[in-house]
Amino acid sequence: MIRHLISAADLSRDDAVRILDTAEELAQVADRPIRKLPTLRGRTVVNLFYEDSTRTRISFEAAAKRLSADVINFSAKGSSVAKGESLKDTALTLEAMGADAVVIRHGASGAPYRLASWVRGSVVNAGDGTHEHPTQALLDAFTMRRRLGRLEGLRVTIVGDVLHSRVARSNVLLLDTLGAEVTLVAPPTLLPLAVGSWPCEVSYDLDGELPKSDVVMMLRVQAERMNAAYFPTVREYSRRYGLDASRMALLPDQAIVMHPGPMNRGVEIAAEVADSVRSTIVEQVANGVSIRMAVLYLLLGGAESGTERAEAAR
Amino acid sequence: MIPDGSQATRTWLIRGAQPLGGPALDLLVRDGVITEAGAGLQAADARLLDASGLIALPGLVDLHTHLREPGREDAETVQTGTAAAALGGFTAVHAMANTDPVADTAGVAEQIWRLGRRAGYCDVRPVGAVTAGLGGSRLAELGAMADSAARVRVYSDDGKCVSDAVLMRRALEYVKAFDGVIAQHAQEPRLTDGAQVNEGEASGRLGLSGWPAVAEEAIIARDCLLAAHVGSALHVCHVSTAGSVEIIRWAKSKGWRVTAEVTPHHLLLTDDLVSDYDPIYKVNPPLRTAVDVSALRDGLADGTIDCVATDHAPHPLEDKETEWQVAAFGMTGLETALRVVHEAMVETGRLDWAGVADRMSVRPAAIGRLDGIGAPLHGSALAAGSPANLVLYDPAARDVVDPAQHASRSRNSPFAGMELPGRVQATFLRGVPVVLDGKLAR
Repeated sequence: MIRHLISAADLSRDDAVRILDTAEELAQVADRPIRKLPTLRGRTVVNLFYEDSTRTRISFEAAAKRLSADVINFSAKGSSVAKGESLKDTALTLEAMGADAVVIRHGASGAPYRLASWVRGSVVNAGDGTHEHPTQALLDAFTMRRRLGRLEGLRVTIVGDVLHSRVARSNVLLLDTLGAEVTLVAPPTLLPLAVGSWPCEVSYDLDGELPKSDVVMMLRVQAERMNAAYFPTVREYSRRYGLDASRMALLPDQAIVMHPGPMNRGVEIAAEVADSVRSTIVEQVANGVSIRMAVLYLLLGGAESGTERAEAAR
Repeated sequence: MIPDGSQATRTWLIRGAQPLGGPALDLLVRDGVITEAGAGLQAADARLLDASGLIALPGLVDLHTHLREPGREDAETVQTGTAAAALGGFTAVHAMANTDPVADTAGVAEQIWRLGRRAGYCDVRPVGAVTAGLGGSRLAELGAMADSAARVRVYSDDGKCVSDAVLMRRALEYVKAFDGVIAQHAQEPRLTDGAQVNEGEASGRLGLSGWPAVAEEAIIARDCLLAAHVGSALHVCHVSTAGSVEIIRWAKSKGWRVTAEVTPHHLLLTDDLVSDYDPIYKVNPPLRTAVDVSALRDGLADGTIDCVATDHAPHPLEDKETEWQVAAFGMTGLETALRVVHEAMVETGRLDWAGVADRMSVRPAAIGRLDGIGAPLHGSALAAGSPANLVLYDPAARDVVDPAQHASRSRNSPFAGMELPGRVQATFLRGVPVVLDGKLAR
């Protein structure tokens, strides 16, 4: 198993399948009266969050606690610079505290790579800028596999602000590794210039893609994109790229609708779609805990604990 | 001028050097001038320097150096920056205007010029700001700087683009009165708002804001047309894209007074180095693609790009040991420039040593108006009668770049850990050795 999980590209097909299978086993724990495993007892997991993201932080915290790890939440609002302490100094502090794993959410793309160069523990990327969010992609793949029984050959359409989406980047890489066929749909302004080099198809026509989709994943549209002239108005965006009930009717019968949250109801997704039986949005949240348990378990499973490491160093 | 050599001998016999990589000759240096060049020279009073196997080049001239003083003496001073320059084989550097205070008045320009004279490792020619405070809204007192003791001829808002077309036109027109040149940092600001890396495969994959080639090319095209319209001299700083080379080639084919520079790092490094987000590779303009690197090398070889300029941009460690987005733009380059050009241009057969001398000494000296009065001070042919500004370079040496060994106060070399050919063995400034045996001689 790899030491850090920073990009979905870090995962081989075997690694990815192993995480999904492990998550499946660990999901059973959630159904037991006592939802706790002793696996990571004595290990320390630090949640280092430079951006507000209650849902992701809680998900990682629940995952670590169900594995009996000690959890330290280190919330640093704003950038490290605004806070006055550099990321490097924070990293050295965590290192001195013996963190076995650091889960980092940061507004700057690539911050987890910098962190990994300064700490000895495992680094898990919980979303970095507009780069990646690999555990989100894993929980999405897990959700698809649970609902549709397979990933190989699955046709997945990802719709929205691909340019700024860490969820889209991680999903394209992971789904390609797992044999699914991804199509990105977005206004041309919200696609990276060199998207042609990505392992996926690209379309500007949502209605044309929906009838061939097993999965449609809607991405959140950030309000600030409108000011930068990526599209004329929210209403026009919603008309051309939003998923409403009539568009949903174009999907094949078994197809599911996903959203990484938080949603803008009425913008990229209509309320009746979000709340429909096709929607997996609530399941995605529940599956997130299982996936993050699996990631922490597999990254830390073979490693010695911080205290043991300190003993050994003496 | 500065190193008057009163403590040292004023006569050197450099034995067996190969001027411009040609046949080995002896060079007799007396009172700051190469008095004789030939085989088997003798001079009883001369100190002997065995230069067998070494190439002799005219002292290098850098059109684009950030010496950081005044204002950021934690990153570099005129003293440390010029020491780095001498160790890199430079006998003249042009100090960029983006200091604090900005070099936008005769007073600041003269201060920097005097600091250079005091340091004495190489000539320091201040570059004047085009606009007051680099603010981009009104012209700085260009004429006062030209008339000052610093004799400013090159003007640049480097770090920022003179993006206002009217202001750029006026600046180009105005400096005609004293044979000045406007050195433009070509970067359309709206197209590069928040930009981090070259817009392309890497920027998309890495989730970093793209810096499109067109942001550079559009300004270069506009400025070439403006320079032609008013009949003035434009110099394009740090050209980084294949498209820019094409535009400059076209402008030159029209006979317009356009010159251009390329940095050593843009001749060797590409944007795929950004993949681990190490800000040591963060620079403005950004590292581009292998296609661009190849076009830049071709452009320098065929003379479309006139010269190599370092854009030596020192930064303290804490400004680089950060997340990519908050890190400072820039790389050091003085101490590695000649070696990188050796690797990128000579080893690839694109330039011979005469070509290197032309692109790193003769042409930048001409663009910087260094040889306006009498004999050329820099960029000479190393013949008898030339001023003894010269560098002795060992082309057979090869080692790994270690910024900890650099004289620059900063360590942000993107070539750290890279094996490069060559070694600057000695640098003479007006007949006085400022570098001997690869070390500072004073």
